[in-house]
Amino acid sequence: MGKANARKTVPAAGWAVMLAIVLAVAPAWAAQDEGVSATEVKIGSLEPYSGSASSYGAVGIAMGAYFKKINGEGGVNGRKINYITYDSAYSPPRMVEMARRLVEQDHVLAIVGSIGTPVNTAIWKYMNDRKVPQLFVTTGATKWGDPKGHPWTIGWMPTYQSEGRVYARYILDHIPDAKIGILYQNDDYGKDYVVGFKDGLGEKGRKLIVREQTYETSDPTIDSQIVNLKNSGANVFFNVTIPKYASQAIKKAYEIGWHPVHFLNNVSNSVKIVLEPAGLEASKGLITTEFVIDPADPRYQNEPGFKEYMAVMREYDPQGDPYDQFNVWGYTVAQLFIRTLKQCGKDVSRANLMRQAANLHDLRLPLLIPGIVINTSPTDFYPIKQLHLAKFDGKRWVLFGKLYDTSKMHR
Amino acid sequence: MATATSKRDQGAVAGGTNAGQERRLFWLRFGALAFLLAAACALPFYLSNYQLFEFSQAFIYAIALLGLNILIGYNGQISLGHGAFYALGGYTTAIMTTRWGIHYGWTIAASGLLSLAAGFLFGLPALRFEGLYLALATLALALATPQVLKYFDTWTGGSQGIVLDKPPVPLDLPLNQDQYLYYLSLAILVLALIMAWNLLRGRVGRAMMAIRDNPVAAETMGVHNALYKSLTFGVSALYTGIAGSLGVLAVTFAAPDTFNVFLSIDLLAGSVVGGVVSISGAIFGALFIVFVPVYAQQISQAAPWAILGVFLIALMYLMPNGCASLLHRLWGALEKKIAGASAIPADLTPFEDGAAEEDQRSARAASGD
Repeated sequence: MGKANARKTVPAAGWAVMLAIVLAVAPAWAAQDEGVSATEVKIGSLEPYSGSASSYGAVGIAMGAYFKKINGEGGVNGRKINYITYDSAYSPPRMVEMARRLVEQDHVLAIVGSIGTPVNTAIWKYMNDRKVPQLFVTTGATKWGDPKGHPWTIGWMPTYQSEGRVYARYILDHIPDAKIGILYQNDDYGKDYVVGFKDGLGEKGRKLIVREQTYETSDPTIDSQIVNLKNSGANVFFNVTIPKYASQAIKKAYEIGWHPVHFLNNVSNSVKIVLEPAGLEASKGLITTEFVIDPADPRYQNEPGFKEYMAVMREYDPQGDPYDQFNVWGYTVAQLFIRTLKQCGKDVSRANLMRQAANLHDLRLPLLIPGIVINTSPTDFYPIKQLHLAKFDGKRWVLFGKLYDTSKMHR
Repeated sequence: MATATSKRDQGAVAGGTNAGQERRLFWLRFGALAFLLAAACALPFYLSNYQLFEFSQAFIYAIALLGLNILIGYNGQISLGHGAFYALGGYTTAIMTTRWGIHYGWTIAASGLLSLAAGFLFGLPALRFEGLYLALATLALALATPQVLKYFDTWTGGSQGIVLDKPPVPLDLPLNQDQYLYYLSLAILVLALIMAWNLLRGRVGRAMMAIRDNPVAAETMGVHNALYKSLTFGVSALYTGIAGSLGVLAVTFAAPDTFNVFLSIDLLAGSVVGGVVSISGAIFGALFIVFVPVYAQQISQAAPWAILGVFLIALMYLMPNGCASLLHRLWGALEKKIAGASAIPADLTPFEDGAAEEDQRSARAASGD
């Protein structure tokens, strides 16, 4: 032994160590991302189970119900869904905290179907910085379809803007002598609708607008706005209000004898919460749009996909109300996720999950209005772009007219 | 304050006659504080980034609660609207950093100063309200905050809010952003604690407590009640504004929904749970605000608020004057055992903020008497 020998053994040992490290790390390269093992896929969702927006919490519970059903059938490609859901309380700081818990502590593969624009905005940058999929965000804001700036975030619902375009198209096609009055909430949600609506009307159509009125969520009533709209001589009313004010608007217009063609944004098309308080007689003839079916509508009762929904709700979410639209949303988001996961095949990684979410073609889900299919591409992050008009007949919404494809309307 | 003063005199006398005991007490307290601080500084090496983020949030809330304790506990004015000052601080930082590109460090100071001014100005008319009426006026402030923020949407970005960048780590320190934020909030918290301790043990603090205990007597003794009450409101808002600024930097997002009425109620609940007439109580209250809701929802997904409510009621029964008061008593017993002290001076360390002898008063302050 001597120094010469040592000089040889040291580098050799160094190479050996490096080889060992490579060997140790190599399986990690081959293995999938965090949140995936041979037997399970771990995902999370953040929903407002408490606080002022807690009625939205049904979305997260219905998602869980569907995943339980899938797990009962053996999971997806042999992997069960480990679904973790926390309370976002509709509070942005809590949302950030809980998203970090899901990503950094629970090591989920993705966050799926979380509801609410402000809370999802709070984690938008974080999710994209960490490159963790923020899948199928449950809000109608237009900003979620930004594949260039935010490639790890994708929505699923039709946007407010596209809904506005549908009403505009209908007016241009069917009401040539339209004089339009608009009432909208003075914030991003209301303005998003009006942007889409005006865009849909085009240069010429915009002249049909005779009066625009706004309200704040702090206003006790919107009576004076309705009176102003009536006095403007409008015969078409585009009503962009949240449930409380939607009820007031319908009632007031009826009371003062104003009977325009009344378009009601689908944010407020709940029969139970909006139309019944306003009066079913006063609500007759209202026009809205729909993209998921109304569970109370008798024409779907015998469809196998609908029966399955009712069975899943009965078995796994017995406390939930299957006629609550938020359960329909949650169930549909969960189905959309499972279909995306199946499409991933063997490569269940964050990158592939995102690739497949942007690679859906003519996907049909049972609770969507007949004819609506989901399509995405690397440049199109708006899964549902079709909407159907519906008219209120005094009891329920009845589909009429044709299915509108909003992707062919703009630009 | 008569009792506290006499006790301090006793302490001084005891110190004079038994210097050894006094010294032992001092080192015991100094050692305990040094140990706590060292433990807090060592945490980043043991915890994940997510856990550090939770602790940073707790420290930030502790700063806000400190402001609330000064106001409610030491000056007897109730505020259900401190979320408004938290929002003011938060939005000051959000707007200054994103729109004007000002370094976040300056914005923390600006948030504090702006909140100080706003708090002082709000304190002036609030002088006319006592007890429940002040509670109601401040509740209105909390309720109005999100709507006011939405109204000035050219500045605040409306309900979309403002997205910020995380504070970058300065001077190439070998820390990641979460660790840096942890140390930043810890440093500001320690500074805030020391300042509060200094403020409360001196002339100003005595005047504040005198107003709380007997405003007429205080006035007779030459305390300018109106000025002191408004100033206390301002100082309290200063603390909360700084917390708001740090809170927005930690979450990197400010939106009207961040600052809803529940924030104000959370702050008040934290303050009471921690111990409203104490400085250290702010830390316990903050830990409560941050950690208990998370565990409450693990117990029951369906009704986290019910669990939280049960927890609050139980805590109030077990520790009617907050965690700090219980801890103070335990610590007192420990000191007695170790140092053999018979009379414990009331204000040697921030640990000892006179919580025990304030028990009665805090009850009175809380009832708005």
